[in-house]
Amino acid sequence: MTDNVDISIEEAPDAIETDYEIGQDNITPFGLDIHNPVFMISSISIVAFVILTLMFQDSASEFFVWLRNFLTQNFDWFFLSAGNIFVLFCIVLMISPLGKIRLGGPDAEPDYSYMGWFAMLFAAGMGIGLMFFGVSEPISHFNSSLGGAAMEGGARSDWAPLGAAAGDTEAARNLGMAATIYHWALHPWAIYAVVALSLAFFSYNRGLPLTLRSSFYPLLGERVWGWWGHVIDTVAVFATLFGLATSLGFGTQQALAGMNYLFGWSTGDFAKVLLIAVITAIALISVLRGLDGGVKLLSEVNIAMAALLLVFVMLIGPTGDIFSAIVSGGLAYAREIIPLSMPFGREDTNFSQGWTSFYWAWWISWSPFVGMFIARVSRGRSVREFIFCVIIIPTIVCILWMGVFGGTAISQVVADASAAVKDAPLELKLFEMLQPLPLATFTSFLGIILVLVFFITSSDSGSLVIDTITAGGKTSAPVAQRVFWCTFEGVVAAVLLLVGGATALTALQAMAVSTGFPFTIVLLAMCVSLYLGLRETQKMQGG
Amino acid sequence: MYKNIMVPVDLAHESRLEKALATAADLGRHYGAEIHLVGVTGVQPGAVAHTPEEYKRALEEFANRLSREKGVGFHAHAEVSHDPAVELDKIIERKSEEIGVDLVIMASHVPGFVDHFVRSNAGYLVEHSSISVFVVRG
Repeated sequence: MTDNVDISIEEAPDAIETDYEIGQDNITPFGLDIHNPVFMISSISIVAFVILTLMFQDSASEFFVWLRNFLTQNFDWFFLSAGNIFVLFCIVLMISPLGKIRLGGPDAEPDYSYMGWFAMLFAAGMGIGLMFFGVSEPISHFNSSLGGAAMEGGARSDWAPLGAAAGDTEAARNLGMAATIYHWALHPWAIYAVVALSLAFFSYNRGLPLTLRSSFYPLLGERVWGWWGHVIDTVAVFATLFGLATSLGFGTQQALAGMNYLFGWSTGDFAKVLLIAVITAIALISVLRGLDGGVKLLSEVNIAMAALLLVFVMLIGPTGDIFSAIVSGGLAYAREIIPLSMPFGREDTNFSQGWTSFYWAWWISWSPFVGMFIARVSRGRSVREFIFCVIIIPTIVCILWMGVFGGTAISQVVADASAAVKDAPLELKLFEMLQPLPLATFTSFLGIILVLVFFITSSDSGSLVIDTITAGGKTSAPVAQRVFWCTFEGVVAAVLLLVGGATALTALQAMAVSTGFPFTIVLLAMCVSLYLGLRETQKMQGG
Repeated sequence: MYKNIMVPVDLAHESRLEKALATAADLGRHYGAEIHLVGVTGVQPGAVAHTPEEYKRALEEFANRLSREKGVGFHAHAEVSHDPAVELDKIIERKSEEIGVDLVIMASHVPGFVDHFVRSNAGYLVEHSSISVFVVRG
């Protein structure tokens, strides 16, 4: 419904020829600019899901947890194989001649400097997760490995990765580090890279709107503008909003537990709602300041603070142990990556299904959000540079991060089997690890601030992404729409937390993770689609 | 009295601009002033153009066509923004200073529901700039 200027302009030679005009299905109630029907269907069904889940909490939780477990346990081979395909696909693209293609055409220049770009990639991709799991996951795998393999009724009953490392501290430490890095390095980032690269390529090079459906154009043709596309976009909005709202809900509890531990603050309902309100309010200010003045600035500040904490712990912690954790952890990762990523014939089923398969579903359910956001800021990078910076550099950073935080924590457990960090609940492990080190009050405070700011950046970038999808790929829609989604996310989190508590959050988070299954199929199709698209462009550029 | 008149334009809604452009052309002829069209685009494909380069060409052609039709000099100034929805006001303010305009003619709408929450672009300029602003209601 636009009255475009009627002048013919020369398009890029490889622009996809479609009669679809960006924004043609948009409607403009109250001066807004929203896609019909994606906006209405997604917002109404989100409200309906929240209400139904709260009305039938126990059965909803039971059903979605069953669904998530059913998918991750029965389709572990599928998730693991797909993860490997994504990594291999990206590496092949990076080294092949297709890597030369530049996002936005041969003459495009990068929109952001390396630092700004990288800060945003990391803050959106996994900032918050690293804070909570950087300490806890290495300890879990270390402990289960040290405990050794246990058989019960012909199946492994322990949670250790691969063959475990019964009683061997060094081997358990390396295996624990390798397993953790495996879940946070090449594979998750390759998942993000596939989505981000497809979206960026089909938008910047081929002229399609920046929304999930566009990357299916080579496979579905004009049908992507109809119900096929509506479904893909709506499920993406669904997964993103529930993923964000439930992790904001859980995260509030975790951050409050940390503040209670540090300052003795209350963890009651009022405190929960207040914290969600504060996070949402700051996110709204960030939204109103726009991409550069808001989320980019906060991401840069936060990555600088995270680097400070990293270097600080490296220096004041057990420096020798940390360096050996980084080096031997990294080497162990390189050595074990093939056995860890074997989709078939695994004996360590608890680990490969309960950890790896769950993680892959989780990363994949986040990928529409993170992928859209990465695509938004990656114009002007070549495919090769893009993959290197989105996969290889984060892998190095993850090895460093896990080495410093996980390495320190494992050292504490090795030195003293009753170390506080060992049995502390997930949300307190970071603080218990920092406690025995010098300047614990300062580092813990920095940790809390990092957690809160990562929540703010994901709330902001989440509303940016959902707004773009529900505006049919338009990035110039009125800011009021982003304000709506940002507030909506906070309200959903608060309502779930207050009315339903952990049961409702668990139910909807399990539902969000379950969307990882259909999206795995979507991502595999995206690889095919992206390859076909890149080949066409390469031919037209005379490659 | 006026030498440089600026008209911020949204190429996706050309019909809403007609009155403002006609006003600008009349004043331009009357005072012998140049008219500067300022358009802001994001880097993502939009309703008007798929790339910033395409957008620039579209705005230039639009300015050329107006120059021919209205008999006054129209100049195109395309600005690329990472986040047009948010940065629009500031870019218009900055461009008005860069070009050294003495009058801004803006197409605006009758205030509606959303305007109670979000200020209009014209409102921002009136509050923040010392340049005269002529708001043309469509």
